Amino acid sequence: MITYVASRAIQFVLALIVASVVVFALMSILPGNAAQVALGTNATPDAVAALEAQYGLDQPPIIRYVNWVVGMLGGDFGTSYVTGAAITPVIVGSVQVTAILVIAAIVLAIVIAVPLGTFAALEQRNWIGVTISALSQIGIAVPNFLAAIILVIIFSLTLGWFPSQGWMAPVEGFGGFLLRLVLPVVSLALVQAAILTRYVRSAVLDVMREDYIRTARAKGLTRTKALFVHGLRNAAIPVITVAGVQLATLLVGAVIIEQIFVIPGIGSELVRAVANRDLVTVQGIVMVLVLLVLIINLIVDVLYPIVDPRIRNAS
Amino acid sequence: MSEIPGTTSAGDASVDRGSRTKLRLNASMIIGAILILLIVALALVSFVWTPYGPSAVDPAARLQPSSPEHPFGTDKFGRDTLTWIMYGARITLMVGIVAVGIAVLIGTPIGIIAAVFAQYPWGVWLSAVIMRANDILLAFPALLLAIVFAAVYQPGTGPAMVAVGIAAIPGFARVARSGTMQVLGSEYVRAAKASNRTAPAIAIVHVLPNIAGMVIVQASVAFAISVLAEAGLSFLGLGTQAPVPSWGRMLQESQQFLSTQPLLALWPGLFIALAVLGFNLLGDGLRDRFDPKMEARGNG
Repeated sequence: MITYVASRAIQFVLALIVASVVVFALMSILPGNAAQVALGTNATPDAVAALEAQYGLDQPPIIRYVNWVVGMLGGDFGTSYVTGAAITPVIVGSVQVTAILVIAAIVLAIVIAVPLGTFAALEQRNWIGVTISALSQIGIAVPNFLAAIILVIIFSLTLGWFPSQGWMAPVEGFGGFLLRLVLPVVSLALVQAAILTRYVRSAVLDVMREDYIRTARAKGLTRTKALFVHGLRNAAIPVITVAGVQLATLLVGAVIIEQIFVIPGIGSELVRAVANRDLVTVQGIVMVLVLLVLIINLIVDVLYPIVDPRIRNAS
Repeated sequence: MSEIPGTTSAGDASVDRGSRTKLRLNASMIIGAILILLIVALALVSFVWTPYGPSAVDPAARLQPSSPEHPFGTDKFGRDTLTWIMYGARITLMVGIVAVGIAVLIGTPIGIIAAVFAQYPWGVWLSAVIMRANDILLAFPALLLAIVFAAVYQPGTGPAMVAVGIAAIPGFARVARSGTMQVLGSEYVRAAKASNRTAPAIAIVHVLPNIAGMVIVQASVAFAISVLAEAGLSFLGLGTQAPVPSWGRMLQESQQFLSTQPLLALWPGLFIALAVLGFNLLGDGLRDRFDPKMEARGNG
C-alpha cells in the first residue's frame, strides 16, 4: 500500500514537471516572444527590448524556466506584462470561485446520478429503466453551455426565478450567493449527471451478476437489499474513478459557464488573459488547472485501494 | 485516469476475432448513423445550394421567427439561420475529421509500438515511458489545450483542430495498446512468430485488422468530443473566427437576443447536440458489435 501510494506520488511529481516544461516551452518558443505578443505587432524594437529587459526576458530560456518554477513553488506566479499587476492574487481569488462552482456541481451530479443509475439498473427491462437510459444518452449530447442557455431562457427570462448572470461572494450575502449559484451549477451538473448515471447503471448491472449477490439472494435477501448491503460498495469503485475524471472535466467546463454567467472564476481570467495576449498569466493559470487535474487524479488513484481491497492486496 | 468522461473507452474491450464477419445492426448504430448522415448531407448540400448566401443580409427581416421564407428564422443582420446551420455543418465535420485523423494516425501506432516493445526485455521500460507520457497528455483536457494553442497562435479553426487532435491521441494509444497486447498473446501470433515473421509484418497482418474495430469505436467517441470542443472554443471566441459560420459562435452571438429571439440559440444548440448524440450513439452501437462482453448486457 505504501509503495503503491509512493509510486503514484512520484508519477504525480514527474507529470507536473513534464507539464510545466511543456507549458513553458509552448509559451516561450513563440513566433516572436511574450514581450512582442504583449505589445502587439506594431511595437518598435526598442520598446520590445525595454520590456524584455524589465521582465528578464533577455535571459536564456533555461534560467527563465527555473525562475518561473522557483517562483511558483514559493506561491509567486510572476507579473503580467500586460497589466503590470501580480498574477498570484488574481489566481487565488478566482480559483476559489471556480472551486465552489465545480464542487457544488459534482455533488449535485452524484446526488442525481447514483439513485437514477441504480434505479435504471434494477428496472433494466422496465420502461422506467429504458427511459432513464435514453434520457441520459440525450443529456450527454447537450453541451453545458447549451444547457445554460436553455436554463436561462426558462428560469430566468421566462419565470424570473433566478438572475441570468452575476456573482455574489457568500460573505456579501448568502441568499444572493445561493440565488446566483443555482443556474450555473445546474448547467454544469446536468451533463455530468447524465454521464455518471450511465456508469452507475453499468456498475450496478455488473455487480448484480456477481456470485456474492446470488449468495445473498439465496440467503433470502431481496434484490434491492442484497444490492444495498453487498453491492453498492463494489459498484462505487468505477463510479469514483469516473467522478474524479468528471471533476477535472468540470474545471475546464467551468471556463465556458463562467463566461455565460459572468462569474469571476479562473476560467474567466484565462479567457481574458488569452484575449489580452497576456501569456504569463495564461501560463500561470494553465499550470494551476493542470496541477488541480493531477491532484484530482492522484486522489482518485489513492482512493482506489482503500475502496477496493483486491487492488490493495495486489500491490 | 482511465476513461474520458462522456464516453466509454473501448480500451478494455476484448478482441473480437469475428470483427470481419457481417456487420450486425442495432438501434443505437442506426439512429447514430442517420443523425450523422443528416449532418453530412447538410454540409454537402451547402456546397451546391443554400436558401440564401451566407452573407446575404436583409435589414428589414432581422431576428425573424420561423417562416416559409426563413424556415429557421434570421439573425441580427437578417441573415438566414438555415443557411448558417448548413455552412456550420462543414466546420463541425472538418474539425472532427482533421482532429480525429491526427489522433488516429499518431495515437494508434504509438499504442501498437508500446505493446510490441513490452514483448522484449529491452523494451519494457521504453513501453512504460511511452505510456506514462501518454498519461501525462491525458491530464490536458482538449478544451484547455485548445485554449493554450489559441493563446500562443492566433485563435482560429486550424489551431483548434490540431489541439483537439493532440488531446485525443492518448485515447487511441490506450485502445491500440490494450488491443495489441491481447492479439500478441494469442495462438496465431505465436504461430506467426514461430514461422519467423518479423514484428512489423505481424503488426500489419494480425494486429491492425483485429484492433480496427476498437479504433473505429474510439474514433466515433473522439469525433463527438471534438464537436463539443470546437463548439465550446468558438463559443468562447477562440475557435472559428467571423465571418466563417460556426455553430458554437452562432450560439454565442445568440445570447444577447435570448429574450427577444430564443430560436436563434435553439437551432445551433440543437444541431450541436444532434451531432454529438449521433457520434456517441454510433460509437455505442459499434462497441456493442465489436465487444462481445457488452452484448450480454443488452445495450449497456
